[in-house]
Amino acid sequence: MDIAAANQTAVEKMMSARPILKGLAPARDVVPGMRPNLLLHAGPPIEWARMSGPLRGAVIGALIYEGLAPDEPAAVAMVERGEVDFAPCHEHATVGPMAGVTSASMLVYIVENITHGNRAYSNLNEGYGKVLRYGAFSADVLNRLRWMNTVMGPVLAEAITSSPDGLDVRALLSEALHMGDEGHNRNKAGSLLFLKWLAPLVARASGDSAVAAEVLKFLGDNALSVLNPVMAGCKAMADAAHNVEGSTVVSVMARNGTDFGLRVSGLGDRWFAAPCETPQGLWFPGFTAADANPDIGDSTITETAGIGGFAMAAAPAIVTFVGSTPKHAVNATLEMYEITVAEHKHFTIPALDFRGTPVGIDIRKVVETGITPRVNTGIAHKQAGVGQIGAGLVRPPMAIFEEALVAFAGQYGL
Amino acid sequence: MTVVRSEVRSGAYYDSAVLMRLQRALLELPGVADAGVVMATPANCELLDQSDLLAGTPRAGPNDLLLVVRAETEAAALAALGQVDALLARRRSVAAEAFRPKSLETAVRQLPEAAWVLVSVPGRFAASVARQALDLDRHVFLYSDNVPLEDEVALKQAARDKGLLVMGPDCGTAIVGGVGLGFANRVRRGPIGLVGASGTGLQAVTSRIHALGSGVSHALGTGGRDLKAEVGAITAHQALDVLARDPGTRVVVLISKPPAPEVVTRLLAAAQTVGKPVVVDFLGYPPPARRLGAIRFASTLAEAAELAVGLLPADAGASATIEIPQASGFQSPSGRYLRALFSGGTLAYEAVLGLQAILAPLYSNVPITDAQRLPDPLRSQAHTVLDLGEDIFTVGRLHPMLDNDLRLRRLGQEAGDPQVGLIWLDVVLGEGAHPDPAAELAPAISAARQHRRDLEFLALVVGTDADPQGLDSQVERFAQAGAMVCRTTAEAVEIVSRRLGQRPAPPQPPVALDRLAPEPFAAINLGLESFYASLVSQGASAVHVDWRPPAGGNERLMALLARLKS
Repeated sequence: MDIAAANQTAVEKMMSARPILKGLAPARDVVPGMRPNLLLHAGPPIEWARMSGPLRGAVIGALIYEGLAPDEPAAVAMVERGEVDFAPCHEHATVGPMAGVTSASMLVYIVENITHGNRAYSNLNEGYGKVLRYGAFSADVLNRLRWMNTVMGPVLAEAITSSPDGLDVRALLSEALHMGDEGHNRNKAGSLLFLKWLAPLVARASGDSAVAAEVLKFLGDNALSVLNPVMAGCKAMADAAHNVEGSTVVSVMARNGTDFGLRVSGLGDRWFAAPCETPQGLWFPGFTAADANPDIGDSTITETAGIGGFAMAAAPAIVTFVGSTPKHAVNATLEMYEITVAEHKHFTIPALDFRGTPVGIDIRKVVETGITPRVNTGIAHKQAGVGQIGAGLVRPPMAIFEEALVAFAGQYGL
Repeated sequence: MTVVRSEVRSGAYYDSAVLMRLQRALLELPGVADAGVVMATPANCELLDQSDLLAGTPRAGPNDLLLVVRAETEAAALAALGQVDALLARRRSVAAEAFRPKSLETAVRQLPEAAWVLVSVPGRFAASVARQALDLDRHVFLYSDNVPLEDEVALKQAARDKGLLVMGPDCGTAIVGGVGLGFANRVRRGPIGLVGASGTGLQAVTSRIHALGSGVSHALGTGGRDLKAEVGAITAHQALDVLARDPGTRVVVLISKPPAPEVVTRLLAAAQTVGKPVVVDFLGYPPPARRLGAIRFASTLAEAAELAVGLLPADAGASATIEIPQASGFQSPSGRYLRALFSGGTLAYEAVLGLQAILAPLYSNVPITDAQRLPDPLRSQAHTVLDLGEDIFTVGRLHPMLDNDLRLRRLGQEAGDPQVGLIWLDVVLGEGAHPDPAAELAPAISAARQHRRDLEFLALVVGTDADPQGLDSQVERFAQAGAMVCRTTAEAVEIVSRRLGQRPAPPQPPVALDRLAPEPFAAINLGLESFYASLVSQGASAVHVDWRPPAGGNERLMALLARLKS
């Protein structure tokens, strides 16, 4: 068996995938397998008893938002009676930042990889502060969600579908990397490019200029507004590389706030999971490492697709998150070439003389070198609803790569 | 009263220079009487034990970092151990600026012009690192020791097939294009090229050459086992070929600890074809002659240096290239073997001494080594030197110096063997000897050569112009009979060497000279950081790989990875 050739195939598929933002629709209409009592969440599978604070809060908020429970105690009781099903977003072609909780009536971006035809989905970004993805479910949080889904949503949906070609997410990312984004922690440039693309479409789609202004201001004030379509784009690219026989390339990395999970292209839909680390980084004033929740969110799909922490050299502005100098940012990217199969054809880094970003994590290289992927991430408070308390760097546990390697050898009789 | 406290860190690898610095830093901490920071190999543990640093230490293996502190108080000992991470980090923060690749693959991408990879990682990892370097088309300087012999053979065969050099394992020194690798002395560049299977030997000779005012083109190490039979001097042959073709090399020096006899003959034969003067010093190996064709034998390292410098042409512009002498007027013998039929015992012994360096396998009834003993003196095999004056032949008959009968019979027997290409006879003149040996031997030679035109004869005529047999007439009649005639054993050995000595074909593909020592010199280093620092201080471009044992030294995962590398 030629593992190198299989990996080349996988990474070629990942790079040739061309994710296009094509629409916005309720999850129940488009997400495969979606149903009213199903909640999707970030990371690998997890049962209620082991869920961390932010994920539990998001689950409660989603049940109230869906009208399935009137309040927190009722929501908890419902879950404990087993009336709510949980599944990883990743098992439904979906990704969500932080808690990633997605319910049937929430709107999701529809991103289609027009090269291979697969689709991926991601919910709307709520902005900063008290938000559902950090486990907040107070009335204002839920009211904002309702506004997003009932007022902004239809305008956005109309705007996106009115564009004949949709938004080329890969092209947007290529441009954003040249504007100081790395696509995970920093999406300032990408969000502005998104806003620039949307503005005329929204203006035309909305009959009410006050609503149009409100929508554009909401999107423009949020430097993470493009994160969700970007994540769905990365998911569409990574999925294209999934299920390549004999490939040791990682196709999913995701955390649920308790476990870090991994999937490997040649190992089908099996998860390899182990307790995740707590990120190291810079803390917002008043918070310390003691407040931090273990690593959470599907946003590691960006690193899986060759951006985020892997493109750190493109984003010198956020090196303070990793506590150091622009030189360290360059070194961070250089280190990732040690564990990847290819250099990206479309994502390039000016500071490295336009070298392609490291893409296609090879579990063999991770185990051999002892270098785990570098993940840039926001840090959640361990209590539900407090929100983001910092940003920094985290790495997955080595054990899941070793476990996957052993499983690979077993599956292929090597 | 002091207390000893220790800590074991499993699978932690640091290069020994870092460990030494850490140990020194620990010693400077308050209350610390002694400290040991080592990889817990049995030898290192024994050293610790001798310093009273092992008492009560937990079990640790060769992949574990063992930190031991002896201090006045327990608090001081624990405080010192608590400083370890900070002390290690202090160093790292200084080095953090430039990116240090973790893998050879990345290093090669970072410094594609690197022609050499210096490997000084622990022995059990060294072969796979060296193999990777060869896969990446780089020459290897392999300092690591404890590399299994079969790995060495496999590596060198793979290297030879790609026209690459593997210097080592256990190669301490080399100079390539004026840049010292490993423990090389700073010597000026010059016209003398060296091949050495002995690291300190190479250092001694290059230093002496420098002291004598000359300099070194390349000094290529081979590792101490290259001249063992199993390895077959693969690297030495390649290195000789490199120096033969290198325009900057005028004189070649070949030094080694005693080589395997079967390797020597091929190596000396290769040395004969270098086309430049070659000085050979096989330490402890009896020189077969002072000079054998293009080869001068030295018996000490200093003498090797002096001979080499002495052989340089006075005019630096002149070429030192020498003609490879060819015996004229004779076809190349079709038979491969020599049969030497001596009447003089000492001459026979001297012949064996000289021939053993150039012919293999060689048998004799006057052998120097047990392996050379001819099982049946009545039957020759392969190359054979016979003393027909031995007791077994002379019982009941006259000594062959007086009576040619036995030699004539044996000559006929040997001439009838189609594998025989050259028959060597000694002709001892003087009082008491046969009054006219040519009268009997020369016609036998003529007759044999009439029967087989491809059969050659060599007559070693020992005598003076005052001898009763008439020296000139004897010489002339042997020459007329079609024999080559010479007057000394050394001369005869040289003729035999030219006629029958193996002429190994140069290694294919040849090592490309422009890939040997690029200007400026560039190399990648894995292992001892001091080798990297040395390259940099010599003005070479270098990348140091932040090497760690694969999979943290986990044997099971390493085995798995090896299987998954397609």
